[in-house]
Amino acid sequence: MKPFDYVRPASVREAVAAASEPGAAYLAAGTNLLDLIKGGISRPSRLVDVSHLPDLDHIEDLADGGVRIGALVRNADLAHDRDFAQRFPVVAEALLSGASAQLRNAATVGGNLLQRTRCAYFYDVASACNKRDPGAGCDARGGENRLHAILGWSENCIATHPSDFCVPLIALDAVVEIEGKAGRREIPLEKFHRLPGNTPERETMLEPDEMIVALRLPAEAAGFAAHARYLKVRERTSYAFAVVSAAAALRVEHDRIVDARVALGGVAPKPWRAREAEAILAGARPDDAIFHRAAAAALADARPSGNNNFKIELARRIVVRALVLAAAGTPQRVPALPASPFAAVSGVAIHA
Amino acid sequence: MAFSTTLTVNGVKRTIQLDDPRITLLDLLREHLDLTGTKKGCDRGQCGACTVIVDGRRINSCLALAVSHDGADVLTIEGVADGDRLHPVQEAFIAHDGLQCGFCTPGQIMSAIGLIAEGQAGDDPERVREGMSGNLCRCGAYQGITEAVLEAQKALGAPSRRKAA
Repeated sequence: MKPFDYVRPASVREAVAAASEPGAAYLAAGTNLLDLIKGGISRPSRLVDVSHLPDLDHIEDLADGGVRIGALVRNADLAHDRDFAQRFPVVAEALLSGASAQLRNAATVGGNLLQRTRCAYFYDVASACNKRDPGAGCDARGGENRLHAILGWSENCIATHPSDFCVPLIALDAVVEIEGKAGRREIPLEKFHRLPGNTPERETMLEPDEMIVALRLPAEAAGFAAHARYLKVRERTSYAFAVVSAAAALRVEHDRIVDARVALGGVAPKPWRAREAEAILAGARPDDAIFHRAAAAALADARPSGNNNFKIELARRIVVRALVLAAAGTPQRVPALPASPFAAVSGVAIHA
Repeated sequence: MAFSTTLTVNGVKRTIQLDDPRITLLDLLREHLDLTGTKKGCDRGQCGACTVIVDGRRINSCLALAVSHDGADVLTIEGVADGDRLHPVQEAFIAHDGLQCGFCTPGQIMSAIGLIAEGQAGDDPERVREGMSGNLCRCGAYQGITEAVLEAQKALGAPSRRKAA
């Protein structure tokens, strides 16, 4: 581990000032960052510990019906917050399908958004990686790449974004609140992560001094609570990143889909919203034929980045299955195996 | 630069001068406080052998900077028994052969104590397995571990599902 200075600011303003120095990095729980520092992948010279900042650990109901989640709310606390899980069950299910209980107890909302890819070539400092070392090349291109991206990738980077949490969040139009030297601003989460293009080292819209202070979900996002599921294929039953995942959320009235949201995880360098699929679903009767058409549209632009052609068909099937499960109704409680394709089909609907 | 860190470890207040901010909570427990019951398995948050309870929540101590946990209350495997009387989770692990080599066991037991306190799993073995999935056992004693957790939960009186913060 490269040596670093440690500073613990008392306010967001102090944190931003401390993080404005070159080589500085924000530290929250550290469940991803410490791992990256131990491996020599991240090499900050200063850690700005924001984990003790006041007032960033609340879940707040907003007057307009939305919800504001402080950046330091722990993943487990959000997923198990009854009101939140009742209104945004697909977000709770995605959270509970990620990592382990220990990690969810520590990891923060802001940190989840900023976690780095688990591409093995990014993690292996002996491998060429444009994200870790711009211009070095990409050993994943000709390497073990069956789990790599099928959408949004470039010749410079084929890594996938690892977050489960972000997938339903982009589907539900989450907004990220940011603070930096230039003040406060906000960005839709869908526009927060960048595609790699020629600069895979630039992963988000954050400037180096900026930090996430909160995440918001709009009131409309709660309108999908009765028909919303997250589904995630993993290489083992639990405690693994997605090979492919999908969030599906429907608003159904009089046996018609009046609004639909579809997003995918594990398929692209950023959480992937499938608006083409949503457009096909809107106004349609919820049946298998329309779900297959929507899934085909979601993957229309997909192409393998290596030995991963199978992920395209797998993703189509997972989108269909997520839509079928969403149409059947959100279960009353997150299933024993959250988001698992092996779990029994959902039981009693959460909302009558 | 030295960092003075005060922790309550197994009920005892300890103030430690850290000469380097890179020290993890795991290394602090093992190397500075000689509490070697907490194990260093992968040291990367993948195996759960280092699980301890911090402020009532189970976490991986290998991915926690000690200096960042100034003021925290830490419970390790050394602090769970009441003198010679084992903790009900320890008793249950013995009764159900929830181990073979024993290396992962302190982490398994701390994780199980955390899981029971969380109150999410109830008496559903599937939920127990899922809730314990952050603790790997290379000997494959999972069957006994699941039985032990279920029995210990019964012995401790399962709390109702928690209302989270």
